[in-house]
Amino acid sequence: MKTEHADVIIVGAGIVGNAAAYYLTKAGMRCIVLEEEMIGHGGSSRNGGGVRQSGRDPREFALAAYAVKNIWPTLSEELGVDVEYRQNGYLVFGYNEEQDKSISVRIETAASFGVHMEMKRGADLKEICPYVSDHVVCAGWTPSDGVSNPMRTTLGYYIRARELGARFITGEKAIKINKIKGAARQVVTARGNVYEGDKIIVAAGYHGKFLLETVGIVVPMQKKLNEMIVTEPAPRLFEYMVGGMSGFYGQQTKHGSLIFGCPSGREYTFHELKNPVSTSVTASFICESLGIDLPILKQLKVVRAWSGWVDISLDGVPVIGAVEEVPGLLVAIASTGHGYGPGPAVGYTLAQLAMDQPSPVDITKLHFDRFDYGKKQPRYQSASSGGALLR
Amino acid sequence: MAEYMDRSKDIGPYVPQADDDRIVCRCEEITKGEIRQAVHMGLWTMTEVKRMLRCGMGLCQGQTCTKNIKRIIATELGVALGQLEEPSVRPPVRPVEVGVFGNEVESL
Repeated sequence: MKTEHADVIIVGAGIVGNAAAYYLTKAGMRCIVLEEEMIGHGGSSRNGGGVRQSGRDPREFALAAYAVKNIWPTLSEELGVDVEYRQNGYLVFGYNEEQDKSISVRIETAASFGVHMEMKRGADLKEICPYVSDHVVCAGWTPSDGVSNPMRTTLGYYIRARELGARFITGEKAIKINKIKGAARQVVTARGNVYEGDKIIVAAGYHGKFLLETVGIVVPMQKKLNEMIVTEPAPRLFEYMVGGMSGFYGQQTKHGSLIFGCPSGREYTFHELKNPVSTSVTASFICESLGIDLPILKQLKVVRAWSGWVDISLDGVPVIGAVEEVPGLLVAIASTGHGYGPGPAVGYTLAQLAMDQPSPVDITKLHFDRFDYGKKQPRYQSASSGGALLR
Repeated sequence: MAEYMDRSKDIGPYVPQADDDRIVCRCEEITKGEIRQAVHMGLWTMTEVKRMLRCGMGLCQGQTCTKNIKRIIATELGVALGQLEEPSVRPPVRPVEVGVFGNEVESL
């Protein structure tokens, strides 16, 4: 049992924790990052790699747009690791009248944030994506969205932060936050070690919920199993992110393989599992969706399937920012399955806040205390997304 | 919880070796030198090295190279083989076509 000190203690070595460590260390702050498993163990390494502004809730749009405008374009250069970012657009398929309307709403939201998105149909759609089947009746097209490699981005931030002097300790599970004179100062781990700093950042996914509860902060969230598949490498088919209103999403990676995910509609029934596992059902749903929308992919071989946890916030957007009730505490959790693209911006924002600088964008609507249980009861929004089952 | 690792521990400098250009992962064509360098960049678990370099991510899914990669990383870190956890074994056991896999839905 030992006590170590730094300016900032970060819990969670995912994209947000690693990015915060990088930006803080670059600004001359001393950081210690604590991780229960290994670097990038959670959702940061298990997602589709989409860097998307379109389809965002207005409350989190600015963060996603900030990352696309200010961080992603130069990230590979900055980290010295090719994060495989390609800003070649995002095409989201609609299958019926109702989804056509939902895409139109997305177009309006994007426009209100100055991001161009348009509807593509018929020949226009075939021009962008000649592989779509007749099942796809329309598609939303956002040229400024893109894709990247989530594993390399998450590890890239770690590699650079470590090189600059941030301390990373893995296999060190944070179990408690201690307050001293009313402010969050110490993180206690399962091994009995204590890490003390002026600021504490909790970016630990679903586990963060329990850590925050040790200082009386309750974030309403639950975890949902999410699964993906990857194929063998194929000749270049498309360079943009692909998605469907059914919930399927994916890309052709720089390597040539295609990675795709799609909910089967049974995700919430696996929440009691301790570790994420690939179930016997979801991979087939993903393959079925791909076969229906993009029949050309049917001949490709699936080489691997994997899964991860999505931590779902009660009202569908993350909790990000300072927890004023516990001075010194900053959080970024409950990213609800869309935390990767804005991840670099979230890490940067937390780093700014930890240095008592203003947030680069307005994050007030992501405040921890926004859940109003008394009046209008919020509901888990994505619980209704039945994915392939509802198609 | 994983094994405790202080990633600031000094593991010594990267010293080039004569056989650094030998291919270890044949599917993805990753060399011994690339793996050794990744360890010196701070990637101290087999999964981290795999996620950065793609070794063991090809058609054979590491069935050929996993043991060799493990030995290279363990030697570089100066730890026993048993201390390194191998990456998760993931389905399917053999590559399956998207079309065939998708047909499974009917039998669910």
